Amino acid sequence: MSTHSIEPHSHHEGASHDGHDHGSYKSYITGFVLSVILTAIPFALVMTGGLESRALTAVIVIAFAVVQILVHMVYFLHMNSRSDEGWTMMSMIFTVVVVVIMLAGSLWVMYHLNTNMMPQMDHNQMQGFGS
Amino acid sequence: MATIDHSTTFLLGRLNWSAVPTDPIVLVTFVVVAIGGAAALGALTYYRLWGYLWKEWFTSVDHKKIGIMYIILAIIMLVRGFADAVMMRIQQVWAFNGSEGYLNAHHYDQIFTAHGVIMIFFVAMPFVTGLMNYVVPLQIGARDVSFPFLNNFSFWMTVGGAVLVMASLFVGEFAQTGWLAFPPLSGLGYSPWVGVDYYIWGLQVAGVGTTLSGINLLVTIIKMRAPGMTLMRMPVFTWTSLCTNILIVASFPVLTMTLILLTLDRYVGTNFFTSELGGNSMMYINLIWIWGHPEVYILILPLFGVFSEVTSTFCGKRLFGYSSMVYATVCITVLSYIVWLHHFFTMGSGASVNAFFGITTMIISVPTGAKIFNWLFTMYQGRVRYDLPMMWTVAFMLTFTVGGMTGVLLAVPPADFVLHNSLFLIAHFHNVIIGGVLFGCFAAIAYWWPKAFGFKLNVFWGKVSFWCWVVGFWAAFMPLYVLGLMGVTRRMRVFDDPDLRIWFIIAALGAALIAMGIAAFFIQIGVSIWKRKENPDLSGDPWDGRTLEWATSSPPPAYNFAFTPVVHGLDAWAEMKQEGQKRPKAAFMPIHMPRYTGTGVILAGLSTVCGFALVWYIWWLAALSFLGIIVVAIAHTFNYDRDYYVPVEEVSAVEGERDLQLAKLGA
Repeated sequence: MSTHSIEPHSHHEGASHDGHDHGSYKSYITGFVLSVILTAIPFALVMTGGLESRALTAVIVIAFAVVQILVHMVYFLHMNSRSDEGWTMMSMIFTVVVVVIMLAGSLWVMYHLNTNMMPQMDHNQMQGFGS
Repeated sequence: MATIDHSTTFLLGRLNWSAVPTDPIVLVTFVVVAIGGAAALGALTYYRLWGYLWKEWFTSVDHKKIGIMYIILAIIMLVRGFADAVMMRIQQVWAFNGSEGYLNAHHYDQIFTAHGVIMIFFVAMPFVTGLMNYVVPLQIGARDVSFPFLNNFSFWMTVGGAVLVMASLFVGEFAQTGWLAFPPLSGLGYSPWVGVDYYIWGLQVAGVGTTLSGINLLVTIIKMRAPGMTLMRMPVFTWTSLCTNILIVASFPVLTMTLILLTLDRYVGTNFFTSELGGNSMMYINLIWIWGHPEVYILILPLFGVFSEVTSTFCGKRLFGYSSMVYATVCITVLSYIVWLHHFFTMGSGASVNAFFGITTMIISVPTGAKIFNWLFTMYQGRVRYDLPMMWTVAFMLTFTVGGMTGVLLAVPPADFVLHNSLFLIAHFHNVIIGGVLFGCFAAIAYWWPKAFGFKLNVFWGKVSFWCWVVGFWAAFMPLYVLGLMGVTRRMRVFDDPDLRIWFIIAALGAALIAMGIAAFFIQIGVSIWKRKENPDLSGDPWDGRTLEWATSSPPPAYNFAFTPVVHGLDAWAEMKQEGQKRPKAAFMPIHMPRYTGTGVILAGLSTVCGFALVWYIWWLAALSFLGIIVVAIAHTFNYDRDYYVPVEEVSAVEGERDLQLAKLGA
């Protein structure tokens, strides 16, 4: 505790419980096993070159990575709809929404960069980005 | 500027005598500042105030004192930013008919950059942070913020950023890039010296403070509300503060990252934003506006809260449409993340992108409009008292609406292609920032001053300031709309067309009126302090307020409330007064409070030194001060003497004095 809050009016239920979910032995093991599996499968896919298409391999690896993130959040960061009166979940959803807006928006905007350039300009010189 | 010595030494990096400006204007300013500063420091020493300031203010973790210090910082920086504005106005009136004016291009470009940076980062931001700091814990019935030490540290980091920006005036130069430092102009190729580096490190140091105080207030509002204060019973100012701090926490990291990428381009030769090797400067503009647009709402939302509090208090009734106000605020919070491209419609993106961002921009004006109607309906059939805060509020409603409407004009992409980068745009955003943020700050100062200091502000000088500001604003910025429509672009130094001059003269006269408004504001403060015995606020509730901050004394005791209030509905204090709730007179308990610490000052001081060293490439000093930051931070974690209990005797003595005060009033 580097800084402490002074007298948080802990009007949540249960004085012994500070509103956080600390997880159990079982949940940590479940998380660990799941993340090992989720790491092993894409690793094997890449190492053995089991799939013909590189693009398909990449998509599968990314999909596993996303699931991996979720597993970490649920089992290791104890993300659920109850802890801290739902605030952790709320802030997580908000963060994801904002990050998706920023990333998708930036990609969309930058993809559109040269759309309305003046026609007499030489487009070969304008393709420094994204091409 | 051809005389800069670019050689570097180990000891001082690229700092040498050529960094001292030779421009007579800067020299005179330097002499005046040096004499004034020496006089101020001398006075503090003569009256032996250093110990008092250090013990009671600089090291304070009391949210009230930190809030006041934030606002003092904002007012000091307002004077600097306004001085820049006046210099620009004079230059633009002067430089006609072949005259070059009195400012060379290098100096003029620094001035408009410094004006923008200072007004946004070191006037508006400290103002709203200070207000939130002072008012939010009182409004939610808390004794301090969640992380009191962090609060002190955040404040001093903001000061550190301001110090770096101010230092650039006399040591080296400031950026000549405009307030957002777009590359490639801000790249090493076009800005080879220290200006942009001052910009970067000034904002990074201050940005740490802003982000941390955002987290702090966010946690405070979520975790420390008085029992019974559900989300939908929070005062509107607390609601808008909550949304503001969400915006700060979610958008300032983007600014930090963007500036880090620019730093890498300048310091280690990466090519994120250069025009070659795959870099793209539009990416910087895209990223910085992803931060920049939420920033606009970070500034205005708290003041929307202020206007809501003021309107309902001075109309003597509940705010019309409380829940619609809350939903409007939340809508603005989310929508503010999907409008950023309207700052660069002219980039050349296709119709779909421009149409999307044009429409979202128009949509965001809907909740804002809903708020205006809520305030108007609150006034409708209310007993409106035109005290100073209410006057500022009405001026805001009239001024801000015009600014909002020109904003909607700019949101139409085809119109924006004509108006982009013109003085029309300058007029628009000053219209909303002065008419919204600044008028709101003055309303807030007039409203909460008695709470903070125990006496009311002088009304006469307040009205002088008010009229000078409002009339001055309209005179200064309406001509800019006209000039913008005539095609004058922003940041121009000299003009060819003599027909334009009359509009610049009117604008300069407006600026002169605003100067009188600022002077009247200082006179108002001075007169109010001098004659404080004539306007005391003994009740703690001078305006017949409705929210919890008026339930305690003026100024509040360090612990704010002897007993944590219990809330049963909206406008908790109005309800308590209606039910004739009595103050508890006995059975006081010791109160747990955080202890003051000087660590925040030391950490921020080291950060400022580190920033300065990085600006000048003094690598050994940068490394040393950075190491110092880490050592001090770790050492502070071993400081276990962080809290104390206010003994019962002290609490009952303070509360007893308040009882006497109230009894005197009743008699």
